Amino acid sequence: MHFVVCLKQVPDTSEVRIDPNTNTLMREGVPSIINPYDAHALEEAIRLRDKMGGKVTIVSMGPPQAKEALRKAMSFGADRAILLTDRGFAGSDSLATAYILTVAIQKIHAQEPIDIVFTGKEAIDGDTAQTGPGIAQRLGFAQLTYGIKVRDIDKASVTVERKTEGGREVAKALLPALITVEKEMNDLRYATLPDMMKAAVYEPEMWDAKSLPYDTAEMGLKGSPTSVSRIFPPPGRSGGEIIDATTDTKGAIANLVEKVFQENIIMVHPAVKGGRA
Amino acid sequence: MENFDVIVVGGGPAGLSAALSAAKAGMKTVVIERGDYPGTKNVMGGVLYTKATEAVVPDFWQSAPLERPVIEQRYGFLSGDETILAGYRDPAWAQPPYNAHTVLRVKFDRWLAQQAEKAGVMIITETVVEDLLYKGDNVVGVRTGRAEGDLGAKVVILAEGVNAFIAKKAGLAPQMRPDTVAVAVKEIIQLPQEKLEDRFCLEPGQGATIELFGDSTQGMMGTAFVYTNKDSLSIGVGALLEPLIRTKWTPNDLLEALKAKPYVKRLIQGGETKEYLAHLIPEGGYNAMPKLHRQGVLVVGDTAMLVNGLNREGSNLAMTSGKMAGEVAAQCIQSGDLSDQGMSLYEQRMRDSFVVKDLYKYRRLGRFFETHPHFLKVYPEIAANAMHLYFTADETSKKERQKQIMKMVFEKRAKGGLVSDVFGAWRAILK
Repeated sequence: MHFVVCLKQVPDTSEVRIDPNTNTLMREGVPSIINPYDAHALEEAIRLRDKMGGKVTIVSMGPPQAKEALRKAMSFGADRAILLTDRGFAGSDSLATAYILTVAIQKIHAQEPIDIVFTGKEAIDGDTAQTGPGIAQRLGFAQLTYGIKVRDIDKASVTVERKTEGGREVAKALLPALITVEKEMNDLRYATLPDMMKAAVYEPEMWDAKSLPYDTAEMGLKGSPTSVSRIFPPPGRSGGEIIDATTDTKGAIANLVEKVFQENIIMVHPAVKGGRA
Repeated sequence: MENFDVIVVGGGPAGLSAALSAAKAGMKTVVIERGDYPGTKNVMGGVLYTKATEAVVPDFWQSAPLERPVIEQRYGFLSGDETILAGYRDPAWAQPPYNAHTVLRVKFDRWLAQQAEKAGVMIITETVVEDLLYKGDNVVGVRTGRAEGDLGAKVVILAEGVNAFIAKKAGLAPQMRPDTVAVAVKEIIQLPQEKLEDRFCLEPGQGATIELFGDSTQGMMGTAFVYTNKDSLSIGVGALLEPLIRTKWTPNDLLEALKAKPYVKRLIQGGETKEYLAHLIPEGGYNAMPKLHRQGVLVVGDTAMLVNGLNREGSNLAMTSGKMAGEVAAQCIQSGDLSDQGMSLYEQRMRDSFVVKDLYKYRRLGRFFETHPHFLKVYPEIAANAMHLYFTADETSKKERQKQIMKMVFEKRAKGGLVSDVFGAWRAILK
């Protein structure tokens, strides 16, 4: 069977901050990682390939540096990785991104028919959860979103347990299908040394806009109806008061004790006679 | 199991230099690094010497991520709030062939790894080497912590840093002792370029270093430093573990005390701490240096205790040892003699180089500070008092002043002790 995984390189959002003056993302020096949901999508594809036989192909859209993420992804045991990279792709929103990925997946499908496309449920830098369903729609594949478990798979169908608002849903779809993956789907593997070594020297295939039949009006900024009007951080917490104890330790402690009672952090029980000393 | 000519354990300057020179000699070479990429776990004060680096990557300054060329080295002795300073500045050091640059290791080591990859070295990250593989008495590779993790090699180069887990297991590194290891802590403090250049009297892009002795370490054997980066300062302090344990100072308190010193406070004022780093430094010197080879194995860099603490040199010793080890590994593989005797060529070449010669010259230093623990406490104080008296203009005649100074000196240190100190220091440092 042929599994395709869509994978995005994202800034490690735990280290991204927003410039409080310009309200833009400060990405400089922030390490890039594989979108965590996509890593679980890849893991599931590899597990199913190991069980059913076949091949895992990774496809990603991004700048040339995303090659690093693809190498890392290959170390988990994928068979092929393709990077879609072109200046014309820059600025794409989820609609245009789904379009660009779909055209590439159609080419892959023509080379080797696809059974399942896996994507993460969303990317941690955008949180839209639109790209996966957008691809399924354009491909005309059945879509199983928010998957937490592949219950059953055969050559013609797949049964997936889905996370829904109020509980779980088990849904079966005919293949080819697209599954978007939650983190609960599986635990990531620790790559084997031979796979690490294969990945260390692997050169991902690079496809640009010219290598595929793209309609330039549907990609990049032109093909993106979404506009982000403003990004802003939630209001910061005001810092606590610092009592300087470097010179006058006794005074500082007395000051602290006073404040602890003043702010009612500690209260004296009314039964205690005379209150505090 | 895949087979290599050379496996290098550890992706620091020593390991990457070894891999580069082995690969350049045509060896199939792999570096195994436990961090996310080479540089993530690597720490030093921050001075990279040109000569040793150039020997590994010619004209490296054209593409390496360097902070600033060092044009001034200042030395300071702190005694309480007082400071005695000396320094040397040569603007010519801002031009090739330079003398040294400040660097941030997380960037520099990553770049060095890329140079190694260009030379054909394979770099495997996030992987820990757990042990050497033996066939009889012969080393034939390494075992990593990953599944199917054995790798074969003709020569293994241990560049695993100060902790030297594998080298210890193989009997090639001694157990660390509190008197042979220092702990150093450092902060990266961000400052606007212009402010930084003003405070250190530098032209745009130039750099300076300051080493501080005496009360910068509360008189313990060690040093403190302030180095200029592009838009930040590296400030840190390191001291031997033994006096730290004895006096119950924590490294963090040492650093905070340093930052509060009047001379230092003004240099870092208004800066924002961006990073906090800590690392062990092997300070055992010549006497603690292990045997540098055995059949199929060479030991380089911190793992071999190759640090010259007095001159704050380490990365250059590491890179020079790495380069020699890579060359010797290739030579032994080509000649087919991987015996302990064959590999001893590396130790010979090291002994003929400045690396072991310098360590040998300072071999008495550790013992000297052990037997003269007051040295870095009393002398900065005596010198500061003397300076204070000398520079004070009151109505004392100069002749009287000289007498006062001599009297003060002998009050602080008896004549016999003084002679022993001076002779000891001369033997340990200058002889």
